[in-house]
Amino acid sequence: MAVADPGFDLALAKLTPERIEQVINSVLSQAVAERMKLFLKTCVHCGLCADACHTYLSRNRDPDFAPVAKVRDTLGVMLKKKGRVSPEFMKNAARVAFIECGGCRRCSMYCPFGIDIATMIMTIRRICSLLGMVPQFIQDTTNSHSATSNQMWVQPDDWIDTVMWQEEDAQLEVAGLRIPLDKEGAEVMYSVIAPEPKVMAQLIANIAVLMTVAKVDWTMPSADGWDNSNMAMFSGDLEIMGRIEREHWERALELRVGKMVMGECGHAYRGAVYDGPKWLGWQGPPLPMVHAVELYYDLLREGRIEITDKLTEPVTIQDPCNIVRGRGLHEKLRYVVHALCDNVVEMDPKFEHNYCCAAGGGIINCGAPWKMARLKSIKIKATQLKKTGASLCITPCHNCHHGVVDIIGHYHIDMRTSFLIELIVKQMKIPEGLGV
Amino acid sequence: MTERETERETGREKWNWDVGSRNVADLGKLRAAYTDVHELTVSADGERVAAPVVAEDGSFRVAVNGEVWETELEKAWHLKFTPDDRLTALVRVDDMWTVAVEGELWEQRYPFAWNTKFSADGRTIAVQIKAGMEYSLCINDKPWDRNFLSIRNYALSDDGRRAAALVQVVELVTADTETFAEGTWSVAVDSETWDEKFIGVWAPVISPDGEHVAVQTRTERFAYTIALDGAPWESRYGCVWEPGFRPRGEGLLAPVRTGASWSLAEDGEPLWKTPYVQLWYVRFSPAGERVAAVVATDFGRWTVAVDDRPWGCTFGDVVMAPVFSTDGKRVAAAVRHEGRWTVAVDGEPWSHWFDTVWDPVVGAGRGPVLAKVKNQGAYGLAVDGRVGAQRYEHLWDPTFSPDGDKVLIRGVQSGKYIRRVVLTEELG
Amino acid sequence: MSTMVNFVSGPLVWIALVTFVVGTVVRIVLMIRTIKLDKTVLPAMTVKHSLRSIFFWTLPYGSRSMRTRPFFSGLSYLFHLCLLALPLTVMGHAVLWQQAWGIRWWSLPSGVADVMTAVVIFAGGIFLLRRIMSPEVRNVNTWRDYVILVIVLLPFVTGFIAYHQWLDYRTIIILHMVSGAVWLMAIPFTWLQHMFMFFFSRAYMGSEFGAVRNARDW
Repeated sequence: MAVADPGFDLALAKLTPERIEQVINSVLSQAVAERMKLFLKTCVHCGLCADACHTYLSRNRDPDFAPVAKVRDTLGVMLKKKGRVSPEFMKNAARVAFIECGGCRRCSMYCPFGIDIATMIMTIRRICSLLGMVPQFIQDTTNSHSATSNQMWVQPDDWIDTVMWQEEDAQLEVAGLRIPLDKEGAEVMYSVIAPEPKVMAQLIANIAVLMTVAKVDWTMPSADGWDNSNMAMFSGDLEIMGRIEREHWERALELRVGKMVMGECGHAYRGAVYDGPKWLGWQGPPLPMVHAVELYYDLLREGRIEITDKLTEPVTIQDPCNIVRGRGLHEKLRYVVHALCDNVVEMDPKFEHNYCCAAGGGIINCGAPWKMARLKSIKIKATQLKKTGASLCITPCHNCHHGVVDIIGHYHIDMRTSFLIELIVKQMKIPEGLGV
Repeated sequence: MTERETERETGREKWNWDVGSRNVADLGKLRAAYTDVHELTVSADGERVAAPVVAEDGSFRVAVNGEVWETELEKAWHLKFTPDDRLTALVRVDDMWTVAVEGELWEQRYPFAWNTKFSADGRTIAVQIKAGMEYSLCINDKPWDRNFLSIRNYALSDDGRRAAALVQVVELVTADTETFAEGTWSVAVDSETWDEKFIGVWAPVISPDGEHVAVQTRTERFAYTIALDGAPWESRYGCVWEPGFRPRGEGLLAPVRTGASWSLAEDGEPLWKTPYVQLWYVRFSPAGERVAAVVATDFGRWTVAVDDRPWGCTFGDVVMAPVFSTDGKRVAAAVRHEGRWTVAVDGEPWSHWFDTVWDPVVGAGRGPVLAKVKNQGAYGLAVDGRVGAQRYEHLWDPTFSPDGDKVLIRGVQSGKYIRRVVLTEELG
Repeated sequence: MSTMVNFVSGPLVWIALVTFVVGTVVRIVLMIRTIKLDKTVLPAMTVKHSLRSIFFWTLPYGSRSMRTRPFFSGLSYLFHLCLLALPLTVMGHAVLWQQAWGIRWWSLPSGVADVMTAVVIFAGGIFLLRRIMSPEVRNVNTWRDYVILVIVLLPFVTGFIAYHQWLDYRTIIILHMVSGAVWLMAIPFTWLQHMFMFFFSRAYMGSEFGAVRNARDW
């Protein structure tokens, strides 16, 4: 437990019990918290949520890692003591809320009453954020969102330059390929997460290949708002969360695109469709938002792309929480994977019941200090992966992707990971006219 | 909005307002001559259509009415006409970026240049630049005499004399959350930075007379306010959105969040009394006596409020920035409800709904309200909600003649760019 | 003794019933008020997804959660079924209602009721054991949880004893009536309120999953 995180330790030195009490009570008097209190009164302490949680299952069924115990040890105590808790207590609550729960919402599916434990955890994160007790790395990411709108301090010119460079690169593969910037009235605005231009630029070229071959009328914005990721949503900085979601949607609305399509990222979907709009006063997203999995599904169904090579090796599928439990895309995901792979070995359990990757929900963004804790808490996923015997795990979410990469490294599993787009562009037919 | 409006004001009386239709350029010929023709840009007077074109060898040129600029370019994009109808483009030559104006390249070259802005009269052209590993602005081919660690955005005054940029003034190493919390951003006005540093600064605006600069600021992690000429308002809020100066005289307005609701403040004091679920896109009537804003009167119920009085009807998806008529009497906005767009004028939505609708154009008096609309991939001009027989492959916003009797329509039909002037009364 | 009997079968029943009804109504009103505080909740709720969630979570083995524990889920299902059915349909109660209010009511054959009571007591015993033995449950249980379980079980234990006339009948009947009254009165003030909160929380979560997120929650 004794992990040194300057984000916690510096806050610890500054916090006073009075400040803690004031912040907790101000948050707990708000409408969301009132609802959470109602939930707590319904809880019969049956412990059925325990088996739903990957941290509990991974940590030898340590009862302190059961969702009900996490809530009792944090929000429960804050309520009981009316906010009169110590800075040390808050540090532990922050650890539980930021590291031992990613808000994957699986426990809510195992609670007979459907108690919204993930929202309670997010309420604790909000309190921690107001108190300045946030893991350093995710706070830095939030700071980047605040200063630059994107999560990785990408300078405005770097974004445009990278898109142009990827466009030129991809033109070597597909003739006449374009990444049209700021095209008004396009059918689709495509948005990415900042790690793409920063470290995975190839993914931008890949999507350009797909859009060109499928003849999608698309665009990307050159101005801030191009990044759809939102770590402020997870660090509890709701003001910044709302600000960057507004900017993201503003780009799409200004260009009057038909819909927004986002790359293979789960939390970004959640931010753009649920959390962001809700904070801003929208009941849903102001324009249709389509996840990459849905785009691939549509293009395959409509015959706009043709898969000519299929993988024969055993392939398994990670179901990202935010697009499966959070969007019900598991069937469409299967359709796309089966179009690409002949030998699909399902994980057990699968679909909405699949286990979390332990990287999403901001956990992986808490950085190196917490890597071992995170990996310890996800042994169950390692067991689940091994059991499939697959040599490739498809991860249509950036967090799942990195989470699974870490898991297979740490637990020595003979497996690789891939985004869908990487397989699609390799296995797709490039029509005669577009060949170089 | 000011940019759009001033664009319309500039020299409109000098344009050709003879009723009739003219083929300005055959885009098919251009497409046949070049490997690729990128997105089109049209001058405000409708006389010229421009696009970056790519030759077989991959080199770029800029084509205007079918004629190309002489200079061969490695890349050209972001074509924009200035309000005085000069064509600008961001271009790359010898691996360096600069601005091209009517085919003439600026002398200054940079590793990157982007985000072109113009003064209201179009005489001043500015861009953000990357110089070495630092950032600055270049205005009319003259860079600021100071560089910054980063510049996120900037504003140019209407007269073009002044520029204000959001600048990073303190260096930040990876994951230095402490320094960040002390404030690493400020505002540079004509390259001179304010003394104050903030955690965050957004959306600079310059007063119409060019004398004052205001921004949204984040003074503490969870405290926001508006800073005017470097001095933050005394009040602190849970959040703020972009401020706006009244068009005449004093007065700086901004949406502010208190508790869970939004309201409108002027100079740090409450102006509107109604608490809204959301409030943004504050707009002024041309004379400045009326204020309109987009508001959510309840969760998921969007409309326009004029002087704190919301329209009677609300829309579920989105309401875009309100547009005042030139006489300030009417207000219209593009709205989206249950997946379809239309325009609402003074609280009344048009009876027809479309796949997409652009911001309305509202003339003076009782004339029609116009908007560019799109249905099933084809563009049309909607006049008080009705679309005439003409369909376009592409269309730009219509413009009223100064007396409002005629309308300039700029569009592409059958692969040809067409400039059309029609009598307002014959529209629809 | 007879004054005692008169009290527990008269005023106490009234006190218990009024406390239960008023307490429950107040709870529900407060809950609705709380939910309305957050303007984002009600617009996101749909009847279809609420009912869908309630259906799968009241259907035996309707959720994966239940299917992963076949014995415990079955027992829990029977427990709740018997627990709710018995007070309303046991013959002794039906007789009382007819005497008091003239309501004629269908009642269970006494043999069946006896078995059902035994099921409640047996299941309750297992739950008690589980609360003590299972680490993840014990970890979050407090004395309150045990007391509530005892409050729930006592009327059934005493009813069972009374039916079989094992101990002093009058004493047991008084205990039965008192414990029944305590049970009723405890509902609005303890987690026994899950009896009605179940429908609201499931409706909320069913809508959150189904209507908002297009996913199943069972």
